[in-house]
Amino acid sequence: MRECLAQAMRMITKLSRSGMAVLALGVILSGCAANEAPVVSDSPVATNTNTNTAPALQGTLVGGGASSQTAAQEAWRAGFQTTYSAVTVDYDPTGSGTGRSSFSSGGFAFAGTDDAFSVEEAAGAFAGCSAGTGLVEIPVYISPIAVAFNLPDVPTLNLDPATIAKIFAGKIKSWDDKAIAAANPGVKLPNTAITAVHRSDKSGTTGNFTDYLAETASAEWTWGAVEQWPEKLAGEAADKTQGVREAITSAAGAIGYLDASQAADLGTVAIKVGSDYVQHSAEGAAAAVAASKLETGRAATDIVFDLDRKQTTSKAYPLVLVSYLVACGQYQDANTAELVRTYFEHAVSTAGQQAAANQAGSAPLNSELTSLVSDAISKIK
Amino acid sequence: MAAILAEPGAGVRTAAPSDLTGAGRRKERRTDQLAKWTVLASGAAIVVVLAGVALFLLIQGAPALTAAASELPYQVDFWSLAGPLAFGSVWVSGLALLFATPIAVAVALFISRLAPRSVSRYCGIAVDLLAAVPSVVYGLWGIMVLAPNLAVCYRWLSENMGWFPLFAGTPSATGRTILTAALVLAVMVMPIMASVCREVFAQTPTATSEAALALGATKWETIRLAVLPFGRSGIISGAMLGLGRALGETMAIAMVLSPTPLLVSLQLLNSTNPNTVAAMIAQTFPEANGLQVNALITLGLVLFAITFVVNAFARRLARPKPEA
Repeated sequence: MRECLAQAMRMITKLSRSGMAVLALGVILSGCAANEAPVVSDSPVATNTNTNTAPALQGTLVGGGASSQTAAQEAWRAGFQTTYSAVTVDYDPTGSGTGRSSFSSGGFAFAGTDDAFSVEEAAGAFAGCSAGTGLVEIPVYISPIAVAFNLPDVPTLNLDPATIAKIFAGKIKSWDDKAIAAANPGVKLPNTAITAVHRSDKSGTTGNFTDYLAETASAEWTWGAVEQWPEKLAGEAADKTQGVREAITSAAGAIGYLDASQAADLGTVAIKVGSDYVQHSAEGAAAAVAASKLETGRAATDIVFDLDRKQTTSKAYPLVLVSYLVACGQYQDANTAELVRTYFEHAVSTAGQQAAANQAGSAPLNSELTSLVSDAISKIK
Repeated sequence: MAAILAEPGAGVRTAAPSDLTGAGRRKERRTDQLAKWTVLASGAAIVVVLAGVALFLLIQGAPALTAAASELPYQVDFWSLAGPLAFGSVWVSGLALLFATPIAVAVALFISRLAPRSVSRYCGIAVDLLAAVPSVVYGLWGIMVLAPNLAVCYRWLSENMGWFPLFAGTPSATGRTILTAALVLAVMVMPIMASVCREVFAQTPTATSEAALALGATKWETIRLAVLPFGRSGIISGAMLGLGRALGETMAIAMVLSPTPLLVSLQLLNSTNPNTVAAMIAQTFPEANGLQVNALITLGLVLFAITFVVNAFARRLARPKPEA
């Protein structure tokens, strides 16, 4: 790495006169980065520099997958590497699908994913795992999805699922529509046209949002739970969470769905749960998950929620995304197993969950779920 | 390559072989051979890489061509998927070229023919710098500055000129339309085109332009009679270079455009726009699996074919006319 950088600097000095320095820097640095980090390897520099009493774990742990977990993973990695300074953790936010397939092929030692492996997939073969030892899948990241809008002077709106479905299906076209006004007595609604913004890329956020609509407003939302927005529906499309945020911010009358942590200075919708309207909150998301059942027919270490979107639990916010971490039941490499186990333990620890909550606005796991998940992690060999 | 650099005078010495002793001639032959083979290998590498890419696209993409519609993105057969995307790529790049070409030619004329030497030097550097700005920066500028400001213009256009078919439909409130994308692309490809045109214009034979001036032509007439006809092939190859970049542009389009899958539409001001091949690949690949990946690779092949056709066409256009 050092050699590569030195070479880069020489080339930059040479090229800077021709005005190509910026380009050269980008090319060279990306070249350097690509040379780094084999999947799992013992660090060649085996000097144990950490002075605390933690066991001398070392090596590089490479995982990746759901981009929803990026901020949380950063928080966990920072905390983890403070304790275990000889370990390098890389999380590559490639998206859930790529994360799962790279984990299957042995490219990633662990995966983050918004969709757990199906029961059949989980029973299959995984390149990095000992055959027939099953998977460990645990929920680690619970985050509310906000329905955010841009209407000057309106900080919050009450909407029921049917109205939200009609807005995103393009059936309600103006903000002063009767259905919106009826749920919001006393709010002065402008006659601005509605611009409904959705994700143009395939996304777990879209998957959870459409799942919520399909469960709670099946009459109005007939497109099912899909990660790619239905192509029959028009409306504004934007790339990734930041694209949606930018589109909502830039146009009065826009409405869209995005991770709640990114909706800070936008107006947000209180969704109808039972007979109440509930604003998004980490507590509400945790309550909605806690009130849901686990999927049946899975191994004890395969903890996957069947989210109950229709629940009427008081204060629960069922428009929530649950993202999972996936590991082998038994790794072929003992050091990798120990790295993954220790890293997962850190992620679900009180400190890890709190760090994620601060960094990403997620909901910390409750104590019941933490003990369930910790049991599963301890089975990683 | 190293051999050429080490022996910069090799070509010059061949011109005067009588000066060389026998040993010098042998050394000469060796370096010549080395240079010849190095250059040949570099040339062959281009062909090998190109063939390799084409072969990779063909082999990896083939399963998608016969796949059932249900296995592919949006549950349509491959050609119904590729058609609208190919249209989107060509449409947005064509628009970009339409905006960029006149400006690029004007910039090149200014730098090479009209501006004082001191101004033209710095102007040339500025254009080259513009070409080095990464596309993600243009994307950010497009989404944060250009689109919101253009939204106002689009509303006006739609209200006052909505009868014009290209401006029909409900105007986008965010301004993230195919017209905005084309404008961003135009700014991106303009510097490349201007650079190529500038070089060609600067090489206009002095005799021709001075003859025009001597006959009493004004500056503009000289440009029209002497410079532009001479630079025709340069303008075309510059435009094709720009079109190549526009066709392959991914990041700026993905950031700026609000795409609707499978749509073919000529309307410029709506929220629903045709997507481009490159942007579709970038947006769908991270979460694609199975045959969807093959389909995306074949989409790459489609883009490859479009670029190939465009280049072949440009070569034909740029071929100088036989002298009368």
